[in-house]
Amino acid sequence: MSENNKLAFQEYKSDQRVRWCPGCGDHAILNSIQKVMADMKVPQEEVAVISGIGCSSRLPYYMNTYGFHTIHGRASAVASGVKVANPKLHVWQITGDGDALAIGGNHFIHAIRRNIDINVILFNNQIYGLTKGQYSPTSKRGFISKTSPYGTIEYPFRPGELTIGARGYFFARTIDKDLKVSTKVMKAAAEHKGTSIVEVLQNCVIYNDNTHKEITDKQFKDDRTIVLEHGKPMIFGKERNKGLLLDGIKLRVVTIGEDGVTEKDLLVHDAHCEDPTIHLKLADMEYPDFPVALGVIRDSEAPVYDQCARMQIDEIRERSKIKTFKDLVTSGEVWEVK
Amino acid sequence: MAKKSKVIEKEEVVVRFSGDSGDGMQLTGSLFSFSSAIYGNDISTFPDFPAEIRAPQGTIGGVSGFQVHFGHSEVYTPGDNADVLVAMNPAALKANLEWLKPGATIIIDVDTCDDKNLAKAGYKSNDPIEEDNLSSYNIIKAPITTLTKESLKDMGLDNKTILRSKNMYALGLVFWLFNRPLENTEEVLRQKFSKNEKIAEANIRVLEAGYNYGLIIQAGTPSYHISPADIRKGTYRNLNGNRAIAWGFLLAAEKSGLELFLGSYPITPATEILQELSSRKDLGVKVFQAEDEIAGISTAIGASFAGDLAITTTSGPGLALKSEALGLAVMAELPLVVVNVQRGGPSTGLPTKTEQSDLMQALYGRNGESPLVVMAASSPVNCFDYAFYAAKVAIEHMTPVILLSDGFLANGTQPWRIPEEGEFPAIVPPYVEKPASEWKLYERDPEKLNRFWALPGTPEYQHRIGGLEKDFLTGAVSYDHHNHDKMVRVREEKIERIADFIPQLEVHGDEDADLLIVGWGGTFGHLYTALEGLQDEGEKVALAHFSYINPLPKNSYEVLRKYSKIVVCELNLGQFASHLRSKFPDVEFLQYNKVEGLPFTVAELKNHFQKLLEA
Repeated sequence: MSENNKLAFQEYKSDQRVRWCPGCGDHAILNSIQKVMADMKVPQEEVAVISGIGCSSRLPYYMNTYGFHTIHGRASAVASGVKVANPKLHVWQITGDGDALAIGGNHFIHAIRRNIDINVILFNNQIYGLTKGQYSPTSKRGFISKTSPYGTIEYPFRPGELTIGARGYFFARTIDKDLKVSTKVMKAAAEHKGTSIVEVLQNCVIYNDNTHKEITDKQFKDDRTIVLEHGKPMIFGKERNKGLLLDGIKLRVVTIGEDGVTEKDLLVHDAHCEDPTIHLKLADMEYPDFPVALGVIRDSEAPVYDQCARMQIDEIRERSKIKTFKDLVTSGEVWEVK
Repeated sequence: MAKKSKVIEKEEVVVRFSGDSGDGMQLTGSLFSFSSAIYGNDISTFPDFPAEIRAPQGTIGGVSGFQVHFGHSEVYTPGDNADVLVAMNPAALKANLEWLKPGATIIIDVDTCDDKNLAKAGYKSNDPIEEDNLSSYNIIKAPITTLTKESLKDMGLDNKTILRSKNMYALGLVFWLFNRPLENTEEVLRQKFSKNEKIAEANIRVLEAGYNYGLIIQAGTPSYHISPADIRKGTYRNLNGNRAIAWGFLLAAEKSGLELFLGSYPITPATEILQELSSRKDLGVKVFQAEDEIAGISTAIGASFAGDLAITTTSGPGLALKSEALGLAVMAELPLVVVNVQRGGPSTGLPTKTEQSDLMQALYGRNGESPLVVMAASSPVNCFDYAFYAAKVAIEHMTPVILLSDGFLANGTQPWRIPEEGEFPAIVPPYVEKPASEWKLYERDPEKLNRFWALPGTPEYQHRIGGLEKDFLTGAVSYDHHNHDKMVRVREEKIERIADFIPQLEVHGDEDADLLIVGWGGTFGHLYTALEGLQDEGEKVALAHFSYINPLPKNSYEVLRKYSKIVVCELNLGQFASHLRSKFPDVEFLQYNKVEGLPFTVAELKNHFQKLLEA
């Protein structure tokens, strides 16, 4: 980090003391967000950070930008209103697995469907932290919590699958403490026009400690995750000798050099492809059958709601004879009383 | 045959057009009211349609009506009962008998009175006139279907198109009945069907045929004459309550220099506001049809945070869904107008009918101490004024405002005098003026107690707001118990102080009346007409009608305490009466309530007030 950038990084911090638990993954995510903004040199006043309710949703208070800590589940809707009202703002939405996928599921899918230009950072710790430990819509089936003492009997949502199912054009995944991947995907999300969903595998040190450990722990992370990069073959593993290829309509994990497999046989990541079929397969990969995909999984272009809304207004304004309130009220069937 | 029949001079007349929901009765009624308005009568109209889009043809459930009240003097309601009924089929006759004045004129299309239609309408015989004992009415049995077909037979139109112009035959006949010229209506039809001249020609031909039929049968049928009313000078147009609300916000946007944002979800009877503003992209309106009611208000709150004049529109069930977000707007102290076009409740209730039963919900339907402004429009056209002033109060005092309308105001029309330049005041948003280094997020205007508005995008004024309690000055999150108490009280007082900025309560009628009638919102027309009627009969009565419900006008107590007998009239079980009792415990309030999904009738009001005066 250069001296200049360090200064800029500080400027995104507000004067409020950060109140997350020591060791919470949220601290690292906050750092990544501030670093991306500093790197991109976005003026603070042009940033609006909107959140709902939950531990993650306290984040706007720690940003020296415009911020709005709203109500449970509604951040996508509030953020949509902000962006449509003033498309010049860079609108970020901070949310969690409960806020976005349970109480706010409806607004989440509709924001994606409309493709409004907001950057959604979805903190996924698979637990309700602020209410002290109930299962969430991303908790694994059978998960034991205060409200599922005998294990849950529900399947979890997969945020990537939901995003693509709602016709999303941007989905990325990262790990809270992986600053390198986090900043990379958040920057890509910020640059993407349209709704960008970034799922952050986040650790709740109090109520769901180590929930992602089997894939995020240093000692096996390289073998159990794959960092996807557009245009690059899908290789992973400590030895960089494992890869993914398409076998019929299924993905398959292979070892380079075994059974005659060469690097050329591997899938090359095409994040920009409009067809989401492969993106969906990649987003759905789960350990132990597959490595969990990190990085930008899907980043494709489509018309953006807020731009289209603005363009439609400009176009109708140009075309219509009604330019003012007075033009409107005096048009059509009027009469004089003398 | 050519001898002139008698002409009856009348002060005011009520005409009701009624037929199947596909018979074009709404258009017929609108054309008649437009023509009457141009002629110079004052008018008030009300459409009455079933909740079903196309209920089974010929049945009473499928009857759609449009009532027009027009007069030589000012009219304030669409009228209780009709002087003239146009019934396009037996079901329309049956459905409306309850709403006719004694001896009214009934025009019925006898061609539709076949066994099948009579049975569908519930008639047992083949003579509805005899069966319903209508001999004392003035019945015009017109073969409307046959004569419509006859007049269009050489135009080469298909049968469906021909039958669709039946309504113009009925309209022509009614124009004859009132000695009205056809030119204006012909002009409107030419414009309306400018893309299809043949259809325009057919409609005009049928209209004239209907009129001529009147000339031929005139012997024995009285015709009416209603002179023009003495109306304030100006340019006029017809306007219903929903469109008036939409337009009020357009003017408020222009007067405040803000862009207008509407976040909304369709709901009867408020949808038309959403539709009207959706077509106003030419005036830069940003309309967001949200995925649900909650997103409707939440997007509006986001837009308000970003600096737009933000509104959301709904009806009772939708207001219930918006409650939590309204609390956020109270806490964040952002300007927001929520329009609730009330309908019959609870739950889905009577979606197309009118009621005033959401008052308590508007006042108190939120968690916590959550004060906001509640206003209510009182006529279709003053929906315009109240939408404007709701926006003005919301912006200038940085508060959410609930504006109450109702199904009756929403769909009723009146002539609206287009306001002159300067008739409405400027709206001044309370933007932060201090340099950023000296400004504190929750410091307040000493007089109005509002916080100041800093818009995202403005350098150096970055700040965070939210639903958590905030420090009295800095706006930082605060859990301090003394601070919370202070904030609860200041939010309350901010709303109370708005009483200094709204009009005083006005009293119509006698200063020393024996009975004070109290009303609020959409019942004004009926209450006022009842008041005038009683005054004409020599009674000493007065009317105090409230449009500002929270806060109440400053002089409310001064007015109310002067009268020994007060009756609060509302279309619910006494919600405003309860509100007044809680504010003024030493004043005694009687109640008159009706919850039928219908407006009051002037007759029932007068009757009740008479009894109270005698008691």
